[in-house]
Amino acid sequence: MITCHDYSPERHSKRPTMYQYNDNDQILIDERVAQFRRQTGQYLTGEISEDQYRALRLRNGLYIQIHAPMLRIAGPYGLLNAKQLRKLAHIARHYDKNYCHFTTRQNIQFNWPKLEEVPDILAELASVQMHAIQTSGNCMRNTTSDHLAGVCVDEIEDPRPYCEIIRQWTTLHPEFDYLPRKFKIAVSGALHDRAATQFHDIGLHLVKNDAGEVGFRVLVGGGLGRTPVIGQVIKPYLEKKHLLSYLEAILRIYNLFGRRDNKYKARIKILVKESGLENFSKLVEQEWLLIRDSNELSDDRINAIKNHFAPPAYDPAAVQDTSFAQQQQDNKAFATWVKYNTAEHKIPGYRAVFLSLKAPDSPPGDMTDVQLDEVADLTEQYSFGEIRATHRQNLILADVKQADLFDLWQKLDSLKLATPNIGTVTDMICCPGLDFCSLANAGSIGVAKEINEALDDMDYIHDIGDLKINMSGCMNGCAHQSVGHIGILGVDKKGAEWYQITLGGSSENEAALGERLGPSVAKDQVTKAITTILDVYVKNRLDDESFLDMVNRVGITPFKEQVYADN
Amino acid sequence: MQIIKDKQIVDDTWSYVAEDAELKAGDICVSLARWKQDKQQLLAHAGNVGVRIGPADSVDDIAPDLANIQLIELDFPDFADGRLFSHAWLLRGRYDYQGEIRATGHYMTDQVFYLSRVGVNAFSPEKVEDLPVVLSHLNDFTVKYQNSIN
Repeated sequence: MITCHDYSPERHSKRPTMYQYNDNDQILIDERVAQFRRQTGQYLTGEISEDQYRALRLRNGLYIQIHAPMLRIAGPYGLLNAKQLRKLAHIARHYDKNYCHFTTRQNIQFNWPKLEEVPDILAELASVQMHAIQTSGNCMRNTTSDHLAGVCVDEIEDPRPYCEIIRQWTTLHPEFDYLPRKFKIAVSGALHDRAATQFHDIGLHLVKNDAGEVGFRVLVGGGLGRTPVIGQVIKPYLEKKHLLSYLEAILRIYNLFGRRDNKYKARIKILVKESGLENFSKLVEQEWLLIRDSNELSDDRINAIKNHFAPPAYDPAAVQDTSFAQQQQDNKAFATWVKYNTAEHKIPGYRAVFLSLKAPDSPPGDMTDVQLDEVADLTEQYSFGEIRATHRQNLILADVKQADLFDLWQKLDSLKLATPNIGTVTDMICCPGLDFCSLANAGSIGVAKEINEALDDMDYIHDIGDLKINMSGCMNGCAHQSVGHIGILGVDKKGAEWYQITLGGSSENEAALGERLGPSVAKDQVTKAITTILDVYVKNRLDDESFLDMVNRVGITPFKEQVYADN
Repeated sequence: MQIIKDKQIVDDTWSYVAEDAELKAGDICVSLARWKQDKQQLLAHAGNVGVRIGPADSVDDIAPDLANIQLIELDFPDFADGRLFSHAWLLRGRYDYQGEIRATGHYMTDQVFYLSRVGVNAFSPEKVEDLPVVLSHLNDFTVKYQNSIN
């Protein structure tokens, strides 16, 4: 492709700005592939029972779904490079049906792999420093983080080095691989919590203490799923050097005392709730004091990992560009896209660019092999060869020069990745639902499509503004419906698909669980209910009041009255 | 019966004494409840004494007596119950237990690598034909990210 861009090495440093495996990292995932190949072979010849293979395959990301196995691949705190995108495209083409799905935990799923080919897929992934280790099962899962880490303007410190330290510590941890239930850790380094840390088993916030030193505020016992709970602060300030010993203390107490008699009461949130935060904290503190000094994280180690995340070679001249302002003036569609699909960057002259995986006619979070390959090229041309997955199932090119935005926009538009709907009502989070998932009670992709079709007026969508709809096909809540500004939950009612609607949830700083609007509605009434809710908002909002602010001000009654008016 | 001990296939010299059975001569292993109940008699036993613990037991209960206990059996009711991994770690890492820690019951041969890393040094597999399998799986990985007991 010939363009007017300068792709010289001076402009785009080849040095990666994400973690690169050393020999040991590579050996570990290669040995894991060999182990799983052996286990799968033994399962297929009947040497390993169904029950045992289930535990082993889940710890390698492999679920058995309605139609076929589903393979969940780890996106370590959301970071991917061009080579990895191309590998995903290759896997989609050769082992699946030409697409993959990005999840709310920054992971990637394939819905149609053949069980006997999964070891080959994992070997392909290992060749580009990727794996599916501990992406499911009752163990410590992929650590997630802020999708704007390292580039946002409100950051105290880049959380990614700590994510990588935690990734390594959690990977094949011998003591904590058979926990009572799954265990998720999220790390945020910014003032604005974009990593839903209050809804994780452990949430870590980088904070400054009174002396100006940076450490962690530790939250515990948050979670979504069947019993959504907001996490509580267990340690207001933890020195960085104690990060791993403190995590170890929490995990040991949970492993020993978490409930194993009932899988719906087995998450750490139930242990914290049933023992009370004070008692739980006491146990953790006692344990921690005994191991604290034997497992310190040295400055050398922190700095060595930090070096992997050094900022890319930003162009100091980027800020002198004047074309960007002009292009926005000249082209309304471009200006709209800039407004909704780009975010402020800490380096003047750069912006972070969202790729919307919420085009009206495609399932939320899905990407084709062709898109993956094309986007891999775009990362190299415009954003130092790297990309990130977000919690709302979109992607981000984190480091794009403002002067390049117009070209990039046109290319993304031709790939159907430029729908200017980030943060709006059609930027829905949606699980695979009954169409793919064996747990689901109700479909979700079809309903999302119907809502999308009803909301075809982009001006109206923009007028509504910041509104997050999250829809899950069952109460396991993979799409985090309980923290959606509007949550939609599929339920089974005598064999029919019905939907419960909640209002007022949020996974950000002002964390809240949505309140149920009323009785569940039939499948063919969901879209009408949603458009009614939006109409009530548009008619009753004050000035530039957001949907969430209005729900917090007036409660659910005005919405309820209109949605159920005909009944 | 043979077991794996310290990466060798060896004859098992121990016998487990059921709850209601009489203590017998030689190396014997008893439940934690039996240990608590007949502790004085067991301390006077001529042979070696072992204690079998399950996931719900607390290793704190035997911590003061560890010098007099030559074997601790971690008895898995179900391979998914991970508490015994912490028990093993506590015995070695916290209480510096030097005797034999043996995995028994319903665990998977695919778990022996992790078990060895938290301090289990002996394995009594469910099926005797699994002995070489256990030996082989102890070498599933040559690298690791965390500190280990072994």
